[in-house]
Parts: sequence; structure tokens; C-alpha cells
Amino acid sequence: MALIEIENLCKSYVMGEIELEVLKHINLNIEANEFVSIVGPSGSGKSTLMNILGCLDTPTQGKYRLDGIDVGSMHGRKLAELRNRKIGFVFQSFNLLPRLTALENVELPMVYRGAQSREQREKAVSALEMVGLGDRLHHRPAELSGGQQQRVAIARAIVGEPAIILADEPTGNLDSASGKEVMELLQRLNRDGATLIVITHDLEIAQKAERQIFIRDGVMTEARKEMTT
Amino acid sequence: MNLNLLQTLKMAISSILSNKMRSFLTMLGVIIGVSAVIILVSVGEGSAKSVTERIESLGTNLLTVNIMGRGALTSVTYDEVKEFSSFPGVDKVAPSQTSSTTVKYGNKKMDSASLESTTMDYLDVLNYELSGGRFLIESDLTNRQRVAVIGKEIIDELFPFQNPLGESITISGQKFTIVGTLKEKGSSMGGSGDNKVIIPITVGLRLSGDTGIRTIYVQAVSAEQVETAELYINNFLTRKFKDEGNYRVFNQTQMLSTMSEVTGTLTAMLGGIAGISLLVGGIGIMNIMLVSVTERTREIGIRKALGAKHSDILIQFLIEALVISCLGGAIGVAVGISGSVLVSKLVGFSTVVSVNMLLIASLFSILVGIAFGIYPANKAALLNPIDALRYE
Repeated sequence: MALIEIENLCKSYVMGEIELEVLKHINLNIEANEFVSIVGPSGSGKSTLMNILGCLDTPTQGKYRLDGIDVGSMHGRKLAELRNRKIGFVFQSFNLLPRLTALENVELPMVYRGAQSREQREKAVSALEMVGLGDRLHHRPAELSGGQQQRVAIARAIVGEPAIILADEPTGNLDSASGKEVMELLQRLNRDGATLIVITHDLEIAQKAERQIFIRDGVMTEARKEMTT
Repeated sequence: MNLNLLQTLKMAISSILSNKMRSFLTMLGVIIGVSAVIILVSVGEGSAKSVTERIESLGTNLLTVNIMGRGALTSVTYDEVKEFSSFPGVDKVAPSQTSSTTVKYGNKKMDSASLESTTMDYLDVLNYELSGGRFLIESDLTNRQRVAVIGKEIIDELFPFQNPLGESITISGQKFTIVGTLKEKGSSMGGSGDNKVIIPITVGLRLSGDTGIRTIYVQAVSAEQVETAELYINNFLTRKFKDEGNYRVFNQTQMLSTMSEVTGTLTAMLGGIAGISLLVGGIGIMNIMLVSVTERTREIGIRKALGAKHSDILIQFLIEALVISCLGGAIGVAVGISGSVLVSKLVGFSTVVSVNMLLIASLFSILVGIAFGIYPANKAALLNPIDALRYE
């Protein structure tokens, strides 16, 4: 059984009287520990696919099973719990809470899981150490560089040991050097066992993945990287 | 709800501190509301208490008879009043005829002094005390002596630097010798008890040319005998007037209940007005919380993406509103208590801050926080995470 099973998935929005079909009959399986990139121009539907993969949205039609759980039938509270336990988000604009320190930001997913305070702290500290920011625990986002902020966000994504890391243009707001660092960090986490999905329009980044999913006008095509051994 | 309450509280406080000026102004509405409730109600209760105490200081065995109307047919004479003393249950009787007069001493003059003609029982029946000299005596009445006993205000006005005893004052062209002075009594309903010149009733009736007495103070033998005395006096007056509408007999219990009704209404009104300002404070909280929710849309989106549930966000914002309203309430209680102490210094009677009222005021500020915080909090909790994350 694959970690992600998507079967004949459709998503449409009703805008006034027009029904807009954003995703058309997507079929996609992703195994644990894979590194998959989703590529497409803006307006292609890749953000919608990401939202559905990240349990922020539900499909109009079709099946989405994540780690054996049928996401399509879930709402509100259950969906929030699923996001909390199974998904680690990394956003283009980092999306750290400016008033909280790096450590407090990383603790957030654990807070919403209802973890004990000591366990929270330990896990958050070790996640920050893993991304190389063990000496920046009590800095606020404004006191960190863009690359460091994104690494805090990655620490926040992995602190709850999610089933997948979902990165939406993770290097989009970074200079090329920090961008490279962030991609290397994500790939390292992937090699260490994390399932990584990167949404991007940057083909160079997309090509780092084993599988590339292309979305255009809501339709999916796939290219598999030649394994160079 | 998984969210640790302590952590939420910490978050709420840090978010309130991040915008100190705005939070303070929001709180100000609640502070003013709560302190206004406390100050106004304490003034109301304080005045009720002082009125009650004054009535009770007259003793619970006092009866006041008021005769309405004029002329011989609708008034009682001094001789008839004397009969009252023989009724069962009656201990002492003090008839009283009052008028406003001008009192002169040398070249000093005091207008609108209250001239009260009465008998020697007056002192005991109305709980006055002498500060010097003597009160009226039997022979003053029988011999129609022109003597007077004066109250504190008159002394202060006419004899600021000298002993009034033995001096002569002029009332309506007649000279009166001052034989006694009264201790300060304070004002009660029906005017000041200190702006008073007391003369023998036999002299007073001649002076005014009116033989009708319209006020009679009766002291019953004991509190239990009040009703007996009241019954006999009623009997007597009904027989005389053939009409119960011409007179009224009050006892202190009735007086107390009338007064406490009046002051109770007053207190409720004051409290109600102050309550409205607390309501306005609550609307201020709601307003700021709505602004805060809009400003923090992105934060809400992030939190939801990380797994915050509807209830987590709801509670976060509700607690923020509650912290503002409770903190405002606490400060308001402090301001209210000190304010009511200040007011009691200014107005001269002690205000009463009751524990009950503090509890109600605090409870009300919590309620305001919940009532006006729930709508913005729910609005925040209902935000769609996808839209919220996209919000700039």
C-alpha cells in the first residue's frame, strides 16, 4: 500500500454560475521515502493539488488516501488533526509567527498535538539542532536571515515526525546560495527517511527529484528520473 | 481541546503586550465601566445607610403625627395634645409648630432660621443633646418665659467667638434669652437639625397667632407599645376630624421602608447607568478583537496549517478578550474602591463598598469579555486556512 493514493481525483470551484474545473482526474501514488516534485505554471492547479495533499482542502470527487486514511470524507476537526500528525509544511514565505522565538515557532505543532511541555521542548530543540540552528533557539524570525528562517520552518515541519514534508516553493524567497542550502537540507532529510514533496516552477529544483509530476490546466503527466547508478 | 491553557494564556498576554497602547485603550472602557459601577453603587448604598442610621437614631418607638389643613376644625390645640400623654402606650409627647424666621443678635442677622415651638419633652423624643445650659422646663411653659435653645448652625453664625448663653436674640421683634445650646445633629430628611431656635410652645403660639398644632412627636413606652399608642391616637383623631384624610400617623418602620425603597431605586438607577458604560466598554473589546482577527489572518492560517483546530483558535482569541476584560475589571475594581473612598471624603458620608458588589462587577466584566469576545473569536476560528494563508 502506497503512502499516498490518489484515484480519479477532481476538484472544481463554483464561481458564480460557472463551475471551474481545476483538477481533472488525477491518479497518483507516492511511496514512503520518495522525493517527488510537482511542477507547473501558475494557474495550472498545482497549488490546489498541494492544498489537497496537505489536507487543507478536500477533493470534489475521487479518492485520496493518506497513510491508509480516507481524507476525502473528513472535515474540520479531523482534518486539522490529520494535518498536525501527517503533514509538515514548508512555505515559500516561511510563515513563521513573528512574535514567537525560533524555539516557540518549532514547538507550535507539538502544542496543538497536546504534548507535554518537556517533551515539546526536547523535540523542538533537537529539530532545530538537526537543521543546524541549535545556537539560535531564542532568536525571533526578524533576527534571522532568510535562509535561517526557512530552516526554522523546516525544523517546524519535521518536529512532529510527519508522514510527508510538503514544501511549496521552498527556495522562492531565497538567494541562490541559501536556496541551495535549503534544498540540500531537504534532500538530506529525504535520504534519512522522510517523504518529500516539493511544489515548484523551477525546473532545476524539480530535476533533483526522483519523480516529476507536471500539471497543466488541471491535467497531470509524470516523468521519472533516469536512475544513474 | 488539546491546547494547554497556560500556553494559550501566555500567548494571549504576549499578544496584548505587543500592542500596549491599543490594549490599554480597549481596557479603559472596562476600567471606566467597572469603577463607575462600584463608585456609583457605593454612593447609593452609603446614602441609604446614612439615611437608615439617622432614622434609627430617632429610636424605633417614635411616632410622628402630621395634621393637614388649617383652622380650628382641622388642627389640634395644645390642650388636646396634652391629652395624648394619658393614652396607653404613650410615654412622652412633643407638639411642634415650626416656621421660618429671622434671628437677630446685635447687628448680626440670620435669615430663614427654623423657629420651633415645643415642650420640654422634645429633647428626649427627638434624641437631641445639649452642649451647654439647659433645655426648656415646666416653668418656662407655664410662665411663658421668653427663653430659647439654639442649634449649632445658629451658634456658628451669630456667636462665632463667644458663649451664647445668657445673651439676648431678637425674633419677630421680641427679645429671647438663650438658656441652652444643642449638640450638632446633622441633617436628615426634612432639613437641617442644627438650623434651629427652640422656644416654649406657649410663647410660640402667641407669637404666631395660630393655635393649631400640625406636628406632634410621640414617644411610645417601648417599641412593642408603638402600635397601641398609634391605635389610640388614630382613634382620637378620627373622632375629632371624622375624616382619616386630614391627618397621618407615621411610625419609624414605615418611614424606614419608604426611605429604603427610594434609596434602593436610586442605587439601581445609578448602577444601571454605570452598567451601560460597561456595555460600551464591551463593544470596544469586540471592535478591537475584530480588527485583531483581520490583522492576524495570516497567523490564523499558519496555525491552522500546523494543526490548530476550530476550538484552539476560538479559545485563543476568547482568552485574549477575557484577559483584556478581566485585567480591565481588576484595575476597575481598584480604581472603583479608591474612587469611592475619595467620594466619601468629598461628600461627607461614608460610601459602602460591599463584597457582593465587587463580585458582581468582576463577574460582569468576565461576562462582557465572553459575550463580546465570542463573535470575533468565532470569526477567527471559521477562517478557511487556504484563504488565510494567502492573505497579505
